[in-house]
Amino acid sequence: MGSRFHSVGRRLSSSSAGKSFRATLFPGHGIGPEISAAVVEILEASKVPITWEEHIISVDNVKPGQDIVSREALDSVLKNGYALKGPMATPIGKGYRSLNLTLRKELGLYANVRPCKSIPGVNTAYQDVDVVTVRENTEGEYSGLEHEVAPGVVESLKVITKSASLKVAEYAFAYARANKRKMVTAVHKASVMKMSDGLFLSCAQQVAKNYPDIHYEEMLIDNAASYLVSNPGRMDVMVMPNLYGDIVSDLCAGLIGGLGLTPSGNMGKGCMMAEAVHGTAPDIQGMDMANPTALLMSALMMLRSMDLHDTADKIAKATYSVLKEAKYTTKDIGGNSSCSDYTKAIIDRIDI
Amino acid sequence: NSFPILHTGGVHPVPVTLMPGEGIGLEVANSMIRVFEAADVPVEFERFEFTDLDEGVPDAVVASFRKNGVALKGPFNTPVKSKSKSINIILRTTFDLFANVVHCKNIPGVKTRHPGVDVVVIRENTEGEYSGLEHETVPGVVESLKIISREKSIRIAEYAFQYAERNNRKKVTAVHKANIMKQSDGLFLQCCKEVAAKYPYIEFDNMIVDNTCMQMASKPQQFDVMVMPNLYGNIITNIACGLAGGQGLFPGANFSPTAAIFEQATRHAAKSIGGMDVANPSATILAGAMMLRYLKLNEQASGIETALLEVLQDGKVLTPDLPGGKAKLSDFTKAVIAKLD
Ligand SMILES: Nc1ncnc2c1ncn2[C@@H]1O[C@H](COP(=O)(O)OP(=O)(O)OP(=O)(O)O)[C@@H](O)[C@H]1O
Ligand SMILES: Nc1ncnc2c1ncn2[C@@H]1O[C@H](COP(=O)(O)OP(=O)(O)OP(=O)(O)O)[C@@H](O)[C@H]1O
Ligand SMILES: [Mg+2]
Ligand SMILES: [Mg+2]
Repeated sequence: MGSRFHSVGRRLSSSSAGKSFRATLFPGHGIGPEISAAVVEILEASKVPITWEEHIISVDNVKPGQDIVSREALDSVLKNGYALKGPMATPIGKGYRSLNLTLRKELGLYANVRPCKSIPGVNTAYQDVDVVTVRENTEGEYSGLEHEVAPGVVESLKVITKSASLKVAEYAFAYARANKRKMVTAVHKASVMKMSDGLFLSCAQQVAKNYPDIHYEEMLIDNAASYLVSNPGRMDVMVMPNLYGDIVSDLCAGLIGGLGLTPSGNMGKGCMMAEAVHGTAPDIQGMDMANPTALLMSALMMLRSMDLHDTADKIAKATYSVLKEAKYTTKDIGGNSSCSDYTKAIIDRIDI
Repeated sequence: NSFPILHTGGVHPVPVTLMPGEGIGLEVANSMIRVFEAADVPVEFERFEFTDLDEGVPDAVVASFRKNGVALKGPFNTPVKSKSKSINIILRTTFDLFANVVHCKNIPGVKTRHPGVDVVVIRENTEGEYSGLEHETVPGVVESLKIISREKSIRIAEYAFQYAERNNRKKVTAVHKANIMKQSDGLFLQCCKEVAAKYPYIEFDNMIVDNTCMQMASKPQQFDVMVMPNLYGNIITNIACGLAGGQGLFPGANFSPTAAIFEQATRHAAKSIGGMDVANPSATILAGAMMLRYLKLNEQASGIETALLEVLQDGKVLTPDLPGGKAKLSDFTKAVIAKLD
């Protein structure tokens, strides 16, 4: 292969007891490399039994029209089953296929999970948020099927399928059970979109029958949005089609203090890819100012799906304590520490 | 073209079509009527009680509204299983009530998490995701059509800028998802830009709908007038109400060039508390007052609004949906009436 990517198998540590894992690391662009380095450092200090395969995705040596993500990189994720991804930017208007789209398609990332929990020490209007958005990630309003039927009249197709709806519902309930959550709410607008959202609902109902231990309810998207800003404590795990998921997950991020803090996990065919939802933040790139919390929390989701709950708990505890003390926090959440000082503060507090 | 918002009936008492709806609809409508009676408002209601079954809107209701051009409407729950379109949609499309307007502003005395909210959400009410065009292409695969047209997008954008101008508002924000829905939402955004160019003294910007929701949850004070397609409007009006004090507080209106329907902005039937004398009638009473302004009965409108706002500010008689509220709907109504004059 050319210089398009290189792969570095870096042995971090191995726990004598228990399993060890391999995971693909995409540092990404913009602030990506800084925050991924911070996260890897924190995991390393916690003796996480992960070997990283690092893949640098870059447009150098790639011709427009070609995929920027190499086959090797994709295969690495499929083989390892786990990936941690920093933000990536697709060059605009140059004929490249969107990086995020390639990953989503090739890895079959059908569900996007975004937990949002209030963080003590981070000042927002809400202290009582603890919700999880599970978003269908492959169809719905993002089909890209649009056309002008008559001059000045555009139709846009929303596609809802039984198979995708069942899959995402199944994931939501499995997530709820594994994470000891009490309730799953299917969010919809089936009063208006009777067939499409109606199909989504009937799939959710079908899956709910297999989870009698989890309370199931349905709620209109407008009602859910209203509750989230007035009484978020009312909600728990929510599952919904693509567009609603996009809207609701950002709404929830707003409740707890923004994109620098909210993690996300993508579930695919036999793999999970953890990533922060924020962008590449070119305005602060290379300035050691970025907040690595979102990517760190995403990595913790990955640890949990590896069943490494104790380690995840330990890192979370250390992170929350640093955030609560608010002495070493980054500028986006009102502090004045650098990314590296924040990282150091967390590592100092991890008790191994 | 401009949009008359004034009714030119001149008949007294003014006939108004009343559809109380279901759930909490009957009791909040009755509360509003009692307040109107106490305030001696020269309005005569033609009342129709019906619910959203498969029949749609009864002919007599359509005839009454066609004659009067003004209506107060309670909530109707559309069951997912019913074959027909919702009552709301039938009315909006039959009478071309293209603009839904909801103004949410903090109310003194009502404790909320965000101070200083003052937003007007203007929603295209007749097309978009509410086309009702859906079909199953193959078993297990359903397609649903969203329609965006230049004509309707220009019309709602015009409405938003005229609203901003008339009400001395500084900024209009177009909300969309044109990065993904490049053609449909792209067209909507393009139309907003074209209209904005005619109003250089009103600031214009645009925001992607998911980011808009995040911004509303964290810094809602940045928004002034917002304009958007149907579904986003439904979601964002509910967020705005939730931010400024809850589902039962704010009125909304649906306008065509010649007719209007007033209602609780969030349109929820709240069946679980219907008939229990605990619902908050504020939104419906304020919808009534909004209607009075439309009918140029400004004095009566102000009297009712002032009385209601005083009760909320006193904070002694509040319904349970509000922080610290323990009062019954009927006691709240009495408190408002006691404040009149
Ligand atoms: N992890 C972070 N830490 C600190 N600030 C951040 C972080 N992520 C985003 N920001 C800030 O949030 C704002 C939005 O940045 P973001 O990169 O998400 O959007 P963007 O500019 O659209 O980038 P992209 O085009 O890659 O999506 C920027 O001002 C950036 O500085
Ligand atoms: N005027 C009002 N006064 C008090 N609460 C209201 C009012 N309007 C809406 N609500 C609240 O908003 C919620 C959403 O209403 P919605 O119509 O969706 O509920 P529903 O499905 O009819 O009833 P529920 O979910 O309560 O069984 C209700 O549960 C209710 O508590
Ligand atoms: Mg988004
Ligand atoms: Mg971005």
